[in-house]
Amino acid sequence: MYTPQSEAEALEIYRKLVLIRQSQEAIIQEYAKDEMKTPVHLGIGLEGISVGVAHLLPPGTKSFGQLRNHGQYLALTGETDAFFGELYGKVSGTGGGKAGSMHLAAPAQGLLSTSGIVASTIALSVGAGLAAKYRGTEELAVAMFGDAAIEEGEFWESFNFACLHGLRVLFVCEDNDLAIHTFGADRRGFPSIVGVMRGFDCYTFEADGTDVCAVLTAVQQALTQMAQVPKPAFLCCTWFRFLEHVGPYSDFHVGYRPQPPAEVLQAADPIWKYEQFLLAQGVDLERLQAIRAELAQQIAASMTRAKAAAYPTAADLYRGVFA
Amino acid sequence: MIQHLRFPDAVNLALVREMETDPTVFAFGVDVPDHKRTFGSGVGLVEKFGKKRYFGSPLSESAATGVAIGAALCGLRPVHIHARADFMLLAMNQLVNMAATKHYLSDGTVRVPLVVRAIIGRSWGQGAQHSKALHGVLAHFPGLKVVLPSTPQDGYSLLRAAIRDDNPVIVLEHRWLYDVSGPVDDAVVAPLGVCRVARVGRDVTLVGCSWMTVEALQAAELLARVGVEAEVIDVRTAAPLDRATLVASVAKTGRVVIADNDWTYCGLAAEIAAQITEGCFGRLQAAPVRLGFAPVPCPTTRPLEDLFYPCAREIVRAVEQLLGRPPMDLSGEIFNEYERRFKGPF
Repeated sequence: MYTPQSEAEALEIYRKLVLIRQSQEAIIQEYAKDEMKTPVHLGIGLEGISVGVAHLLPPGTKSFGQLRNHGQYLALTGETDAFFGELYGKVSGTGGGKAGSMHLAAPAQGLLSTSGIVASTIALSVGAGLAAKYRGTEELAVAMFGDAAIEEGEFWESFNFACLHGLRVLFVCEDNDLAIHTFGADRRGFPSIVGVMRGFDCYTFEADGTDVCAVLTAVQQALTQMAQVPKPAFLCCTWFRFLEHVGPYSDFHVGYRPQPPAEVLQAADPIWKYEQFLLAQGVDLERLQAIRAELAQQIAASMTRAKAAAYPTAADLYRGVFA
Repeated sequence: MIQHLRFPDAVNLALVREMETDPTVFAFGVDVPDHKRTFGSGVGLVEKFGKKRYFGSPLSESAATGVAIGAALCGLRPVHIHARADFMLLAMNQLVNMAATKHYLSDGTVRVPLVVRAIIGRSWGQGAQHSKALHGVLAHFPGLKVVLPSTPQDGYSLLRAAIRDDNPVIVLEHRWLYDVSGPVDDAVVAPLGVCRVARVGRDVTLVGCSWMTVEALQAAELLARVGVEAEVIDVRTAAPLDRATLVASVAKTGRVVIADNDWTYCGLAAEIAAQITEGCFGRLQAAPVRLGFAPVPCPTTRPLEDLFYPCAREIVRAVEQLLGRPPMDLSGEIFNEYERRFKGPF
């Protein structure tokens, strides 16, 4: 089981989790004002996987994700200025306002591409893995995607390519059993995702994604094995999607899935779970509250700056089609 | 240095030079290192540069394109090779949704220096799935550059320019060019986005694209016998299009026949006709004429293929109509001569 090496590290993990949670909650609060004119696929409940993966990635890792990318972005960068800038469509955003929520990127921190077309960036991550092997480095590539991505042919082509070439690519499946409103049993012709991957020349792992320590454990094992003998690693982490597929609201009332009882929801909350872990380790509640307050300030300040920032101009429209 | 090279050897030379001078350049595609080496264009590359830099791909056109994009994002310069342009249709999501948009959506912070090389099928009997060019479709999307050489020189120079370009560039090489030889000056740099005036004339402009430039030049020779001097423009780059050269030529001649290696409907010929009309409407003596494939899927049987593809003969007839001239006697002429050089199978 992965354990943080120090209280400092334990709190750093907490900080990343809370940064994501509070950023998502800030979006939920503001979204109805229609100033963030971009569809948002929020990661409430996904934080354990976003942080569990990002926390152990060595510098130089190339990361790729999909539309539900806020947690991945925030865990890798820790910053909220360009994040909210992009959501508000301003020049201060990660894409100068042109990318929107589904295409956040942070090349300086290795997040090269996220995409609204499910599974598309998985192939790109394999390209990054190929580039590392080409150059003879031990750099990793990471692809994060939901369980529905496995149904795309693109996934199988990419995974096959990575296994064929023995590339150091970590495939992280964020399995919440939902593709928008359709459950896995209505989409898949096989009982176990990891079961199928075991037939490939790769390492396979599973983890409870609501438990960041379980994710850290699995990721550490994956990185260790990939470092010894280069092969792709497939990590399947289960999690619970608290909100609707896209948008800031809860949609249990619609009826495609029942609202779980409160204690089940709590047990699926990676923030609550990790807080219990920290408190059990003897960390002061006040430390946690102080971190929360700091991050609330950071987020509020970033949102203020984003709202005040300029929109791109007509000249910006034509800039950047070609390098 | 100028050598007389066959087209595949010119392409090969470009790859050799690029791979020699830039260690980030590599090439891959389905079956590329086999004994046929993509109709000869890949000869010697595995031997000289190794399997790391020239290798075969599983049949995964979409993911392979994505792999190339990912590698390009990491600073390599991949050349992805398809034996037929038609196979790119399997990769349209990666080409259009991913490669074309990355630079723009990242506000210019990332680049995709990707080259996709694909062969336009034609020999005999290639049929509907092995004969498309797709430049009309690909040029349509902002963020993609599309290049079509029509000579061995351009097979060399345009490919080198494409590899040097920091954007996704698709290079479409016509299969019949693989039997064409010509002078190749390895010092010639061909900028993308510039047409070539292949023949100066004053009576009519013939705009050719890919193999149709070869046909247009044959047509120009025939027309010269009856005193009609045609100016032949080789488009070379479908996107970005060199509007200025095209407009200047038709402003001079007043008449234009646009011969494309594609269907005319919603294609490059339609685009060129629109841009020429916009650019020099007052100088036009007649509406632009477009020639292209018959508006049907490409059939395989020989007599229907002959009707499907226009050649120099159709260009001559179109010019005669434009100029109100009687049809010249073409009964002794050989058309589609390059087809005779093809001996199958692929």
